[in-house]
Amino acid sequence: MATNMISKRNLGMFMYLIFVLLPIYWLLNMSFKTNDEILGQLTLWPTDFTFDNYITIFTDASWYMGYVNSMTYVAMNLVITLLVSLPAAYAFSRYKFVGDKHLFFWLLSNRMAPPAVFLLPFFQLYSSVGLFDTHLAVALAHCLFTIPLAVWILEGFMSGVPREIDETAYIDGYSFGHFFIKIFIPMIRSGIGVTAFFTFMFSWVELLLARTLTSVDAKPISAIMTRTVGAAGIDWGVLAAAGVLTILPGILVIWFVRNHVAKGFALGRV
Amino acid sequence: MALELKDVSLLVEEQCYLQDISLRFEAGSFNVLLGRTLAGKTSLLRVLAGLDKPSRGQVFYNEQDVTGVAVQKRGLSMVYQQFINYPHLTVWENIASPLQLAKVSAGEITRRVKHIADMLHIGEYLQRLPLELSGGQQQRCAMARALVKDAGIVLFDEPLVNLDYKLREELRSELKVLFKTRETIAIYATTEAHEALALSGTTTLLHQGKVLQAGLAQEQFAKPVNLYAADLYSEPPLNVFSASVDNGVLQIQSPTSLADIAHLCDLPNGQYQFAIRPNHIYLQPNNTASIVLRAKVDLAEISASETYLHVEVSVDSDQTSLSWTLHILSIMSFRSGSGIDIFLPLEDLFVFDLAGKAIRWPDTHSLEVK
Repeated sequence: MATNMISKRNLGMFMYLIFVLLPIYWLLNMSFKTNDEILGQLTLWPTDFTFDNYITIFTDASWYMGYVNSMTYVAMNLVITLLVSLPAAYAFSRYKFVGDKHLFFWLLSNRMAPPAVFLLPFFQLYSSVGLFDTHLAVALAHCLFTIPLAVWILEGFMSGVPREIDETAYIDGYSFGHFFIKIFIPMIRSGIGVTAFFTFMFSWVELLLARTLTSVDAKPISAIMTRTVGAAGIDWGVLAAAGVLTILPGILVIWFVRNHVAKGFALGRV
Repeated sequence: MALELKDVSLLVEEQCYLQDISLRFEAGSFNVLLGRTLAGKTSLLRVLAGLDKPSRGQVFYNEQDVTGVAVQKRGLSMVYQQFINYPHLTVWENIASPLQLAKVSAGEITRRVKHIADMLHIGEYLQRLPLELSGGQQQRCAMARALVKDAGIVLFDEPLVNLDYKLREELRSELKVLFKTRETIAIYATTEAHEALALSGTTTLLHQGKVLQAGLAQEQFAKPVNLYAADLYSEPPLNVFSASVDNGVLQIQSPTSLADIAHLCDLPNGQYQFAIRPNHIYLQPNNTASIVLRAKVDLAEISASETYLHVEVSVDSDQTSLSWTLHILSIMSFRSGSGIDIFLPLEDLFVFDLAGKAIRWPDTHSLEVK
């Protein structure tokens, strides 16, 4: 009786889990099949198990350079965002200055504009200053969206640290820089983790700006994946393998910050 | 070795936090700042620490003007009301951090941290993080960090408020012992009169950013300069009534002669404010000359072995009724609304003029200091 109750209760969750995981399983499933099998018949698991799709990606520069490009500008974006937003958020959380509240809100309102709006100005500007098709171009364009978000999240976490900690540190003899690095940053490290996660996620999945501002040298993986229609039709297996490899970094990152994400979604104000 | 304030004022957004404060704290002295919330205690400490710059006036340390000197260079320490420790560092690292910054040698750091931690009874918790300690231990850790560097000035901003009663008593008496042998200027802010009396240092009474009175707590308790000062030392608040004196007779409902009362007999004619402590009003007549008043019981609060009795009294002939509190040292129950007689011994009356300035104090021998 008891076991019946439990299984009944778990049934809904079990079905939901299947519903959620099915597309991911299917992607994984496809990535180990040959194109013939994918197009030929419905199989629940690969009957003709193959690593060829992955081998193609790791040996063909036009594929793996996509990952390298994506990771390069994501990393650049992450570094710039943190370097800019940490001091900015500290200023917003600790000091009063003219227009601080308006400026702070304006930062958030930046997030209300869809990236497409900035497509044309960025394209024209970066083309004329020679930034077009560089990693820096994409990183800088993404900064427009990630810095405001990072400032908002970090400000929330920083305001959770009592001002008396700053003062105690000065009284103890810390200089500002020493205090910031030795005391303050370790205290908000989960906030920094969450900020890094959101910044990474935005930059990693963003397609429109990344595709428009690059052509060959800095072309991201997501753009490559949308252009795999060759003369022989679509290469389903390789595409699936590329998809699997694209979600892996996300899974890794979310694993590290899983305990802090909820607080991050509330912009640190929990 | 002394810390001195000269005409210090602090204005924040047009609001006066401190007004023309001149004080001198001597080396090796334990000083108490007593005042209600918003009296300016914290503002004063922050100015002393150099965290806020005074709008006017100067701060001198060892006869040198330190008004604009950075906090880091002041060589002082401070303990806050909240338990402020670096949460990601262990207790040992917390206490050692001011020494490490002062470039003290490693052996010396180990010795001093151990010494101060043992003195404050946190010696066995050195490897824990502050949040793994109880509230009292967290505050001990903060105190250890403040004391370890042997600063010339140690500021305490209501350090015991967030602790429970027993811990407070314990830490307070330890503090007294700790500072007995030091050449340090300790300044301790508190809202509680009994704390000032227990610490028995030089006490400065603050009210609305101004110094009311400076001196020994016992003296202030016995001879407050005005009603505010008297009220600071009375918990629950003083019971005050105004009445006129005419040829040595107190003009109340039942006119009472003041002739035999040492400190009241020569009071010139006029209108005065009289005040009496809640614990000096009795429910039975005793052998001293007393004012007898009819009162109506509002509420009796019983706490452990004491009763706080809230009553409505009318003293004047115009029948304005006053809310008073009686502090009775036994358990008594009353029906609210019932009428009782209360007895106010004349020898316990404080006299203030209408502006609140003290004129006469009861003789000290009749005061029982709690």
